[in-house]
Order: sequence, then C-alpha cells, then structure tokens
Amino acid sequence: MRALRAAIVFIAAVFVAAGVFFLLAWRSEIPEDAAAAQASFAPDLVAKGAQLAALGNCIACHTVPGKPAFSGGLAVPTPFGTIYSTNITPDRETGIGGWNEAAFQRAMNEGVDRNGSHLYPAFPYDHFTRVSEEDNRALYAFLMTRAAVKAEAPENDLQFPLTFRPLLACWKLLFFDRGELEPDSGQSEAWTRGRYLAEGLGHCGACHTPRNAFGAEDRDRNFGGGEAEGWQAYAINKDSKAPIPWDEQSLAFYLRNGWHEFHGVSRGPMAEVTGNLSALPDSDIMAIATYVTSIMGDPTPERGERAAQLREQFEGDRLEQTADSQSSLVSASGAGSGEAIYIAACASCHEGRQRQPFGGLNFELSTAVNAPNPQNIVNIVLFGLPPADGEASAVMPAFRHLLNDQQVADVLAYMRERFSEEPAWAGLVELVANTRSGAHKVTIRPSDGIERAPHNVGAEEG
Amino acid sequence: MSISLTVNGSPHQIDADPSTPLLYVLRDDLALNGAKYGCGLGQCGSCTVVVDGEAVLSCMVPVMLLEGREITTIEGLGTIDDPGPLQQAFIELQAAQCGYCIPGMMMSAHALLRRNAQPSDEDIREALATNLCRCGTHMRILAAIRRAGELMKAASLPESDERRAG
Repeated sequence: MRALRAAIVFIAAVFVAAGVFFLLAWRSEIPEDAAAAQASFAPDLVAKGAQLAALGNCIACHTVPGKPAFSGGLAVPTPFGTIYSTNITPDRETGIGGWNEAAFQRAMNEGVDRNGSHLYPAFPYDHFTRVSEEDNRALYAFLMTRAAVKAEAPENDLQFPLTFRPLLACWKLLFFDRGELEPDSGQSEAWTRGRYLAEGLGHCGACHTPRNAFGAEDRDRNFGGGEAEGWQAYAINKDSKAPIPWDEQSLAFYLRNGWHEFHGVSRGPMAEVTGNLSALPDSDIMAIATYVTSIMGDPTPERGERAAQLREQFEGDRLEQTADSQSSLVSASGAGSGEAIYIAACASCHEGRQRQPFGGLNFELSTAVNAPNPQNIVNIVLFGLPPADGEASAVMPAFRHLLNDQQVADVLAYMRERFSEEPAWAGLVELVANTRSGAHKVTIRPSDGIERAPHNVGAEEG
Repeated sequence: MSISLTVNGSPHQIDADPSTPLLYVLRDDLALNGAKYGCGLGQCGSCTVVVDGEAVLSCMVPVMLLEGREITTIEGLGTIDDPGPLQQAFIELQAAQCGYCIPGMMMSAHALLRRNAQPSDEDIREALATNLCRCGTHMRILAAIRRAGELMKAASLPESDERRAG
C-alpha cells in the first residue's frame, strides 16, 4: 500500500515537473505570413534599419565571406559544438520571408523563432532584448527589403542533449534577463544612449565579457575580456591593459576611424565592428565612448603617470624626433635570438617614423604586448594584417613562412620582457604551433573588416 | 659575419651583418637586380621573392633567417633566351608598363601557381593583394598569370610541349 502511494506521488511529481517544464519551454508558433516579404516600408525606416544593422554587425555572423549578404551559413564555433548562422534574407523558404513583424520582435526580444523554437544564445538575444520596439521595427524593415536569397544553412553540429531546444528555456531561466534596461537617472543623456547602444544592439559584451561554463556572460566581470573567432577581445573595464588608458576622445576616434595613434589599428573581428560603425552618426559613436570609458573608470595614479610619460614621448611630431632606431644591436645577443630578430625584422616599422595607421605601432603603446593572453600578437605575427580591398589601409606582412614556432616565441618573449611589466607568457611555442596548424582556428580579416561589400576579396578562412 | 644562402639553386657565401635585409644582399652582393626596392616597409611588394615556395618580402627579411632555405628570385624563373612560362606570358600579353612592380608580381604569381596552376581571378587578386602597381596594368597582369597557368599546364602534359614547340 505504501509502495503504491509512493509510486503515485512519484508519477504525479513527474507530471507536474513535465507540466512546469512545458509551460516554461513552450512558445506558440506565429503563423507564416505569406505577404510579409511583399510589404513595403517607408524609405526613412529602411535607412534607419540599415544603420542599426551596421551597429548590430548582423552581417558579420549572418554571411559567409564571399557569399550574398545576410544569407547565413557561417560556422560559429562554440565550446559546445558548431552553430551555423541562419539566413535572414526575406526568402520565404529558407530565410525570414514568412515572418511578420511580431515574429521578428519576439526573436529579438526573447530568442524564439517564428515557429516557437528557442534560439541558441550564439544569437546574442541577451543583448538584443534591450533593443526598443521602434528600433526593431526599423531593423525588420531593413532586412525585409534586402534581396531574398535561397540558402539553407547546414545543420548545427552540437552534442546531445543540447540539440533538444526546449532545454534552452532552462538556460534562459538561469541566465537571461529579458527586456529593456531601466533608466539610470543619475547619468547623462549621452551615457544613457551609449549604454543602450553598447549593451543592446552593439552587443560589445558578447565578445568582451568572459563567459561561464554554460556559455553565458559573467555579469560580475562585465567587459572583463573574452574571445571571438580565435582572437582575444581585450578587457575594456578597469582591467584594460592599454599603456595609455582610453579616454572618451581616443575611444570615439578609434571607433570612428578604426585606429588611434596611441592604440594602433583595429584588426580581427574588431575590424568589422569599426568598419560597420562608420554608418553611425558621430553623436552615437561619442555616446558609446562615453559609456564604455565610464565602465573603465579613471586610471590609477601610477598608470596615469606612466601614460603622461608615453604621451610626451609619442604625441604628434615628437615621434619623428625620437625614432631613429634599428641600430645594429644584433651582435649583443647573437644572430637568431628573439632580440636580434626583433631588431632586424620588426623595429624598422614598429620603431620607425611612419605615423599611424600606416606605420607599425610602437610596442610601448601596445595593449597586445601587455595582454594576459598572447593570442592576438601571435595571430598578427603569423598571419599579418592583409590589405583592405581597393583602398589605402594599414598592412602588416605575415611572418609564418619566415619564422618557425621557436623563433616567433623568442621574438614575443623578448618583446614582453622589453615592453611590458607583466610576467612572461607561458607556453608560447605550443600556442604558436597550434595557431599555425589551425588547431586553434583564427579568422583573418583585413584592417577594414570584410563583410560590407559584395566582394570579399582578401577574406580568408584561417 | 659569413652566411650561406642558396639562391636559384646556387650556394653563396655572403659576408654581411646578419640583420641585413635579403633584398640588399641580392642586389648588392649577388647582382641579382630583379627584386626592386620600393618602400622598404613591406607595403608595396616590389621586392617579393620566393622562399621555400612562399612569397615573402625581401626588404624586411633579415638574412639571418634564411640559412639553409631555398630562395628563388625572378632570375630563377628563366633567362632572356629561354624565358619561363610566367615570363613568356607577361611578354606575350605585354603586362608591364613601367615594369618596376612586375618582378614582385611575378614572384607572388609564381608562389600561387605552384600551389594552384589554374587560379581563378579571385585567387590571383588575393595572392597579389600586397603587390601594388601605379601604372594600372592590373587587367593585363591578371590575364598574363592565367596564361602562365595554361603554359605550365601544357608544358606538364607529356604529348605536347608548347614551350619548346613555340
């Protein structure tokens, strides 16, 4: 009798749990709207949507280099397997052509697709949920007026049970904070606008915030540094390693132009970001800079002092007076040492007279040399910075054919020692070998990014 | 300091500071003047040579990194009397205007064609992205590289040897 009662309670509990899970996970299908792709939109709304899509950098994930824009299919590697981006052109069969605006609003707001399936957070709806209904309307208008492209994305390659999408409802329960941000009355209008742009569509934290074991951003370490496409996204909070700390002006200049004289050239996935931000008005760029520098906070007095010295040394024309290096120090430490290679192969540009963005950045100013993880500088040494297509741009030649793993490691160890106060990097040779072999996959981008034009010449899947 | 270099298959003993760029040694010590000095900063590509099958910029490679490696310059692709397929194609299609960038263009193309004898225009543009030309003969350069690919393919077929026949 007791056993029977226990069994009944157990079964009831299972049903209740299943019911709760069902309510939690179930989302209704929004019926297909056959006319959605034929709708017309006000040109102003489409133009605004274009700007917002650039801010959201939608094209970077939703396009395979060299293929039609927004047609999806890009492999996005995650620690849980590979996710392929979806086609967001208005093709009815393979894209979002059958989505009405409500379905699009829900996807942005909740991370649920038209037929009610939960989306993987590789689509950064943890940020996009902050986007206003009005801005989503403009984005929708922009996307629905693109050319429809028939292109089916490959199936995701994920481990079971992650293939079971209703489980994402649990992920959302734990990590997803839905809805727009509360206004902060103590802050300026520019700061509030900057927060809206950076935390929302701009989704800076998707790369610049570290993730926990479940792939969710660790909010306690907001902007504390993360990873993207084989590159380190530097810390952009108080832990920023920039020798001259960013301020509003320098960050705005960098975001506007893709380089800054004290910080160098944007590259890797950030090149796409700065490239796309060119669509935004100055006021929005400034607002993002206002917000992000407020997160960085004021530098410590020591850092400030060091920065003042560096400014003195590198500001404007002083560069030309001080830079006259490439003296032959090779004999001091023997040919072939890291120092000798640095002096012979690196210093002619990196300690030269050429100004940013065309000259090499002096490593006294380099965040890369001071970063806790040497991945970015390894990437750049091996693969260089390919030129932009058809326009003057920053270029760095690749050294993978000239330096072996040990030599790259030696050069970097020397540079770390000479240009940084930070402790030596561990495991350099192995890191270089894995990056070279592709075991650590790196996406190579020219300094203007790529996915902004129909021609993606120079794009290379590393 | 004495350094041994292998250029176009021949060994050479060079007396040079190990930090000397390869370009200077090629031009000043070995009288191989095909590779050109353009910018000296690895930005223009006119100094391109091939090292172990890969295009590299000789203006910024110190010779200390090159011992025991196979260096090929434009002089290694053929002679005036017996031009190689790339040289033949560039002459045939008159791909040079002033010609200063052409040796670099040809060496980048050489490295490409070794990997891929039938490159698409996209492949060629990508491989030559770091080679600048001010005269603007790009379309002819593209055509010449495609032609060189054809000549190489024809030359590798046993039944026809276009190069000798032509």
